[in-house]
Amino acid sequence: MLGLVTVGCVLLITVYLIVSGIPAIREIGLIKFLFGTKWASTAAEPSYGILPFILTSIYGTAGAIVIGVPIGFMTAVYLAKIAPPKIKTVMESAVSLLAGIPSVVYGLVGMLVLVPAIRNLFRVPDGSSLLAAIVVLAVMILPSIINVSVTALEAVPKEYEDASLTLGATPLETYFRVSVPAAKSGIAAAVVLGVGRAIGEAMAVMMVSGNVANMPSLFQSVRFLTTAVASEMSYSSGLQRQALFSIALVLYLFIMMINAMLNFFLKRNKEGR
Amino acid sequence: MMPNKKLSRERRGYIGLMRTLMAVCASLTCALVLFLIVYVLIKGVPNITWELLSTSPSYLTQRIGILPDILNTVYIVIATLLVVLPLGVGAAIYLTEYAKNQKIVSVIEYAAETLSGIPSIIYGLVGMLFFCQFLGMQTSLLAGALTLVIMNLPTIMRTTQESLKTVPQSFREGAFGLGAGKWRVIHTVVLPGCVDGIITGCILSVGRIIGESAALLFTAGFAHALNGFFKGLTSAGATLTVALYVYAKEQGEFDVAFAIAAILMGLTLLINLAAYLTQRYFRRKKAL
Repeated sequence: MLGLVTVGCVLLITVYLIVSGIPAIREIGLIKFLFGTKWASTAAEPSYGILPFILTSIYGTAGAIVIGVPIGFMTAVYLAKIAPPKIKTVMESAVSLLAGIPSVVYGLVGMLVLVPAIRNLFRVPDGSSLLAAIVVLAVMILPSIINVSVTALEAVPKEYEDASLTLGATPLETYFRVSVPAAKSGIAAAVVLGVGRAIGEAMAVMMVSGNVANMPSLFQSVRFLTTAVASEMSYSSGLQRQALFSIALVLYLFIMMINAMLNFFLKRNKEGR
Repeated sequence: MMPNKKLSRERRGYIGLMRTLMAVCASLTCALVLFLIVYVLIKGVPNITWELLSTSPSYLTQRIGILPDILNTVYIVIATLLVVLPLGVGAAIYLTEYAKNQKIVSVIEYAAETLSGIPSIIYGLVGMLFFCQFLGMQTSLLAGALTLVIMNLPTIMRTTQESLKTVPQSFREGAFGLGAGKWRVIHTVVLPGCVDGIITGCILSVGRIIGESAALLFTAGFAHALNGFFKGLTSAGATLTVALYVYAKEQGEFDVAFAIAAILMGLTLLINLAAYLTQRYFRRKKAL
């Protein structure tokens, strides 16, 4: 029966989020809440529109994927197929180290290296921006993408590759035109996992993104769904607090969607063999 | 591997392009890891002083010390492991040894997967609502630890389960054949065979607990008071990561923040090394 504890935990989280998230949505109105473009929770006439947060989260995640996935994917192919064993062990431990570094450390380095760099490079008044968050997120999702892709690539049956080599393809062509397509649902799972990581990250993003509820643009200070919850929670009350729970509910729904996608790809990966 | 002269120009171009891309990306990843480690250590290590490590902060003398934060981290690691180990290992044993109903097993496994995908900020929020407010624990290390229990449950469960599966079925059958009961078989034959999985799970969890911050912000709080273990559990306290965040973002004390970052980096290195060494140790032992 101990196993049911996990089910209980999931139920607990779901129920709590729904129960505490619904009242504010009801009071504000679903359309106004989801698609309102102005968030001014502490103003005299408060308005609670979270479209800026939703869009920022989507753009930020998309940006991180655009930067992180190609780098992670190429590194994974190298690690899985080409790297000599010694280099492979060293690099794999480096990658797992990258996964183990606490997110606040990423945030700190981003704050003191990336943010000034962006300010000087693009001549904008403040470097705390969507761009900084995207770069930090791209680095943070690298380990998950690399690890899952490497596992998928290593599981490709050797016969496929041998057949391709016998037909006259060079090793490199074989890896990219035979092994990669064969592992594609595993790699898709890696990307989805990366999306989940990026959309759920709070602390590192909070430290580099500036935290102003603007509509997203690359060089402006922005606020994500996660940071919206984290930054106002400590001093919120009343409807504002309830609205924060509603934001968490929206975030939770996003994550559930991503989880369902992940399961779909993983299952297909298993059935493909 | 030599570029074949007989290949068409397009193919050679493709191969060359892919090879360069791969080299660039792989070295970029390495460079990144190296940069992060070296940068944090160079900025942080000079700021680690004995005074910083061994005192608690005081506004009177303008002193900043992180001893309470270190202790809080230790407390929270111990408290979390104490609760999560029996739960996780028990659940794993139930799933692989007892469960007959496939439906329940798949529901539990699905739940565990869902749990591992939920972002830590949501754990923090629910932890705050449930443990701090509903169960009346206030913001305390205990509430933080219990939140982390939920977070780490899937990790412990999965690693234990995986190593339970590697214990050969014949071991169990042999023990049953000698007349041992189910529970006796499990705790004399099966469990010793999967110690490695449990230890690896523990190490991974310790790493996650030390690195966690978003879930602790609202459940364990920011206080820097110096307490004993039991007193500490019931009062609010910041762990190292939360302290780093507060010093860097809210007080602008970057020297202290980097010192903490360097300590955290050292711990991460240590934990990775420990995980690697235990895995190798047990693999060798099994090979014998």
